[in-house]
Amino acid sequence: MNETGRNILGGPLSDTVAAKPQRKAKWRTVPGRTWFALRQSPIAMFGGIIVAFWIICALFAPWIAPFPPNKLDALLIAYPYPSAEHWLGVDNLGRDIVSRLLWGARTVLTVAPVAVLGAATLGIILGLLAGYRGGWIDALIMRIGDTLLAFPRIILYLIIIARFGASAFNIILVITFTAAPIIARIVRGVTLDVRNRDYVAAARMRGESTLYIMFVEILPSARGPLIVDLFLRLGYTTVTIGALGFLGVGLPPPDPDWGGMVKETYGMIFIWPHMTLFPAAAISSLVIGFNFLATGLQEMARDA
Amino acid sequence: MLRYTARQFLNMAVTLLVVSFLVFALNELTPIDVARKLLGPYATQDQVDILTKQMGLDRSLLARYREYLANALSGNFGESILYRRPVAQILWDRLGNTLVLAGICFAVIVPFSVLLGVIAGMRERSFIDRAISVFSSVCASIPEFALGVFLLAIFVVELGILPGISPLSTSGGWPIWSQFVLPAAVVTLYDGGYLISMIRASMVEVMRQPFIRTATLKGMPFRDVVVKHALRNALITPFTVILLQLNYLVSGLVVVEMVFAYPGFGRMMLEAALNKDIALIEAGTLCAVSVTMLTQILGDYGYMALDPRIRV
Repeated sequence: MNETGRNILGGPLSDTVAAKPQRKAKWRTVPGRTWFALRQSPIAMFGGIIVAFWIICALFAPWIAPFPPNKLDALLIAYPYPSAEHWLGVDNLGRDIVSRLLWGARTVLTVAPVAVLGAATLGIILGLLAGYRGGWIDALIMRIGDTLLAFPRIILYLIIIARFGASAFNIILVITFTAAPIIARIVRGVTLDVRNRDYVAAARMRGESTLYIMFVEILPSARGPLIVDLFLRLGYTTVTIGALGFLGVGLPPPDPDWGGMVKETYGMIFIWPHMTLFPAAAISSLVIGFNFLATGLQEMARDA
Repeated sequence: MLRYTARQFLNMAVTLLVVSFLVFALNELTPIDVARKLLGPYATQDQVDILTKQMGLDRSLLARYREYLANALSGNFGESILYRRPVAQILWDRLGNTLVLAGICFAVIVPFSVLLGVIAGMRERSFIDRAISVFSSVCASIPEFALGVFLLAIFVVELGILPGISPLSTSGGWPIWSQFVLPAAVVTLYDGGYLISMIRASMVEVMRQPFIRTATLKGMPFRDVVVKHALRNALITPFTVILLQLNYLVSGLVVVEMVFAYPGFGRMMLEAALNKDIALIEAGTLCAVSVTMLTQILGDYGYMALDPRIRV
């Protein structure tokens, strides 16, 4: 496949762009392509800005956070509201909310992408295998996937996390295993669609290995639906991590985790609503960012 | 048709069997001392050993699973170590509460999201489409606990017109009906947001079809084009998705139930999981998986009824 002939969503490049040679250089680099794609859709741009904001917060949290995230100060509880020193106030234990939000961004933006990447890797391998090989391998993979999907998601999390304990690793593992069957299904669908196309047959004639055909010839065709799904999945995963934190089976305290911050303080919403509302707003904005990005990309894929 | 149904139910039975064994075995991987848990920390090791033997916990996994299965098939799911009551009692009680909430939510969500989804999708990229799309996308993006907290802050803390908790008892001074408003609102906005965008997408797809253009060009009023031609076609794809929401409404409400202290099925599962109440987890999981599979079967039939091209 000609790499420069398609945009990042796998749709054909529009004539106007392909006709302008000076644009071509930009398309070679991933950031250049992404920027071009974002500029086409205001909604994706808006989502991208929110996500970028939180990524910067997460990356630079140790330097920009005004206080250590777990520093207790009982004296501050006398006046926990936002002030010049503590912009968003302090929580019920006197910990600075801005600092905890920044460090919390770090947690969620590490766990969510790792979990989604894990799910994507497993899902892509299984989907390619099921679609390309077919037969009993296909039947087996899809059957196991269906059984996993028959479990209501949140109940599966509860069973596994209650059994093996709450840790970042276990959360990643659970998300990987629950999301992989869905990704596998997407990849399998595309694989079934293209595996008998001429260019795949040509690769087989050339004597390319099965691995090469699966990953180099077939996988790029699934790029469009995969990218959209991955952004949506980042959003879901963020919600899941937040929800697990809220239920008290998320990342262990005291390290800041947005869902956990809401859980610890929502009983005090009548007297100190800001302690609950800020972390709730933080997680909502990040998920909105991911979902808007996905919506924008989806629209672009349809128009392409 | 009959054979198809039989196969579906056989499939369901096999899955339930696999699931029940998996959950049973999962809880064995790192065995917890049920006898110790029942007797408390001050019991001697001898007492624990005797109870373990009495309860038959020293036998092999397969032997105990066989016994569990035989009991479960006759409707006996054992005793909950958390509530010290038969599992079946608690399960039906909590499931009943959740079904009431789920029923209310479903009855609101479906008309709400079909209406908004169709209005948004019938004129793609119009102002009203943009407005509804952004609204639904934002609603579907806000995690339920955050949405719950926002609504609590507005309607309970600021305005004080609704109760903040929904324990389904009148001891707090609020009538029962008012305790359903906020939980149902959270679920409706969150889940409805997702459904609206699904239905909108399907409607947009249908409105691009040639037969819609034909209908418009022959002078049919836009209203009739939408109601008579587009509507049924646009609802075929989302129909399954709408039915699948039943799953979420039965077993996915744990977060909402926690926010509003609602005594439902999801909260029971959370408490069971936190307290390692195996009998309750096992029965609850089987229940939830059955609901999932039944809605899938129901979805298949609905699909066939709506779309005459699909036949088994």
